[in-house]
Amino acid sequence: MKMAKLITTPNLPDPDGFYEELLAAHDGLSKAESDALNARLILLLANHIGDLQALRQALAAARREGPEAELKAP
Amino acid sequence: MGRIFETPLYPYSRSPDQDAVVPARHRVVVVGAGPVGLATAIDLAMQGIEVLLLDENDRVSWGSRAICFAKRPLEILDRLGAAQRMVDKGVVWQLGKVFFGDRQVYDFNLLAEDGHRRPAFINLQQYHFESLLCERIFEMKAADAPVDLRGRNSVTNITEQEFGLELDVDTPEGPYKLRADWLIACDGAGSPIRKMMGLDFPGQVFEDNFLIADVVMDGDFPTERWFWFDPPFNRGQSALLHKQPDGVWRIDLQLGWNIDREAAVKPENVIPRLRAMLGEGVKFDLEWVSVYTFQCRRMERFRHGRVIFAGDSAHQVSPFGARGANSGLQDSDNLCWKLALICEGKAPESLLDSYDAERLQGAEENILNSTRSTDFITPKTEVSRIFRDAVLDLSADHAFARPLVNSGRLSVPCVHDGSPLNTADALPGAPARTRPGAPCTDAPLGEGFLLDRLGGGFVLMTIDAESPDQVAAGGITARRLALRAGDDATGALAARYLGAAAQGVYLVRPDQIVAARWAAFDQASVQAALLRATGRA
Ligand SMILES: Cc1cc2nc3c(=O)[nH]c(=O)nc-3n(C[C@H](O)[C@H](O)[C@H](O)COP(=O)(O)OP(=O)(O)OC[C@H]3O[C@@H](n4cnc5c(N)ncnc54)[C@H](O)[C@@H]3O)c2cc1C
Repeated sequence: MKMAKLITTPNLPDPDGFYEELLAAHDGLSKAESDALNARLILLLANHIGDLQALRQALAAARREGPEAELKAP
Repeated sequence: MGRIFETPLYPYSRSPDQDAVVPARHRVVVVGAGPVGLATAIDLAMQGIEVLLLDENDRVSWGSRAICFAKRPLEILDRLGAAQRMVDKGVVWQLGKVFFGDRQVYDFNLLAEDGHRRPAFINLQQYHFESLLCERIFEMKAADAPVDLRGRNSVTNITEQEFGLELDVDTPEGPYKLRADWLIACDGAGSPIRKMMGLDFPGQVFEDNFLIADVVMDGDFPTERWFWFDPPFNRGQSALLHKQPDGVWRIDLQLGWNIDREAAVKPENVIPRLRAMLGEGVKFDLEWVSVYTFQCRRMERFRHGRVIFAGDSAHQVSPFGARGANSGLQDSDNLCWKLALICEGKAPESLLDSYDAERLQGAEENILNSTRSTDFITPKTEVSRIFRDAVLDLSADHAFARPLVNSGRLSVPCVHDGSPLNTADALPGAPARTRPGAPCTDAPLGEGFLLDRLGGGFVLMTIDAESPDQVAAGGITARRLALRAGDDATGALAARYLGAAAQGVYLVRPDQIVAARWAAFDQASVQAALLRATGRA
């Protein structure tokens, strides 16, 4: 499988629209329900990406570890 | 009639060794007649190595222990002449259901690959497993095989002397001494031998308690593995229901960490829990009820001079994934041919370093799998529970989430990539599953099966390739098993061993692990591989 680099430059066609939909998905949810939704969302997206290298880069970026940390990942 | 686990199977009787002036000397002493010690004694004796098996007890295992035995151990037992009786007695299963909260999220079929003699798993109580191995030992003894099993012989001390090992053994009639060239410690997770030698057993305890019950019932539950996460009858915890022979069912109920363990096993507390799980109308009797905590540990090295550790004495895993006895049998399989060659003077003692390397790798893999399962089943932080529940929730509707559900990854053998005994793969186009370091995959051969034809000993397996009938190097002979791809009309043999290659030559170890493979026979290459696989390169 071809390993892709995580895209960190603008890639969303309608940033404002997507952001609104993301928040709307949480409308009316309790904190616990929102946490659960976020977890489901991450899992769905991770499976869609399906590329371990990109996912590891995303994990490192989310942890603010920068690109060097990702290189050290297993 | 006494039940099997209450009956002395090998009652104490006085041995002439107890009256010897100079302690009697044995080739190999195996300490502990659990699943691993029994298999080890059978294997060595079948190879003509004199072996004495000692156990402090005189009967099979007590309490709720192993129930799930996987294909590879059954294949090993085929070589030891003991698998068929296990399969006949055991329950073969392949269906499972996963529940989350009050709903079933999905079901699965292990869909075992066709063309294997043995099923993916059988369920069989450990006490039956052990008694069937004892039966095999008694048969062998009756046929004058060099094996002896002594009950109520407890090893209390061990010293290394110039001539070998000296043991102190305690019996109902007092102590005596024994000498041994080699000692295999199969004395379980609490290994007294390990303690006598002052060796560590580092690892991790999982902070949780499990109520394990074996119940006898007539309930019409199907022959399936049912696993519940957070069920109504055990809120916030997990549960398992699995069938065993004789109408016995294994039930695991997670209890959490801070509980009163003594109260938990009292019938007045157990019965209402089980009733809530099984349904009001179901009649059941308790065979065993106990509370367990689980741990993962392993020794740093399994070989210490003339003492070799195998099974739970060397490594311990949580039962999720059924890797305890299953991996212990693989230890024994790996060890016995090596030790036999050393006893016969055909291989250097350094061959045992490969036992360490290969079985440490196996233990690491098992501990990793068992730890991951335990983390999924018993999430220890809020966020791990959130993700766990999200996986389960998604698994109801989305196939992608099901492989993430981890209620125990069932035991499969590891591939010894990088083993010092391997010769580099030289069969281009052949499938990875049978590369050097991998256990041979079974395949049908007309009325029979490949693994039975391999048996023990070194084998030069040729598929549509020419070679002499045998090849020898350094006193060890590999006999040829000449096959044609056409011997298996289903095509499995070719698919598993040739892939895109037109023909192949495999050198297979006595434990049925591939040592080397080539596109064509070459005497010098096979001899070099044979020397390498026996620790002389
Ligand atoms: C609840 C539970 C469920 C499990 N489920 C599974 C499963 O499904 N599948 C699986 O593969 N494994 C399972 N296991 C693990 C399995 O029971 C063990 O891995 C297995 O028993 C290990 O075998 P062993 O021969 O190494 O040691 P043991 O079975 O512990 O045997 C050790 C023997 O050594 C003897 N001994 C000890 N000290 C001395 C001494 N000083 N002198 C003489 N003899 C001595 C003891 O009497 C005993 O007979 C489970 C375990 C538990 C607790």
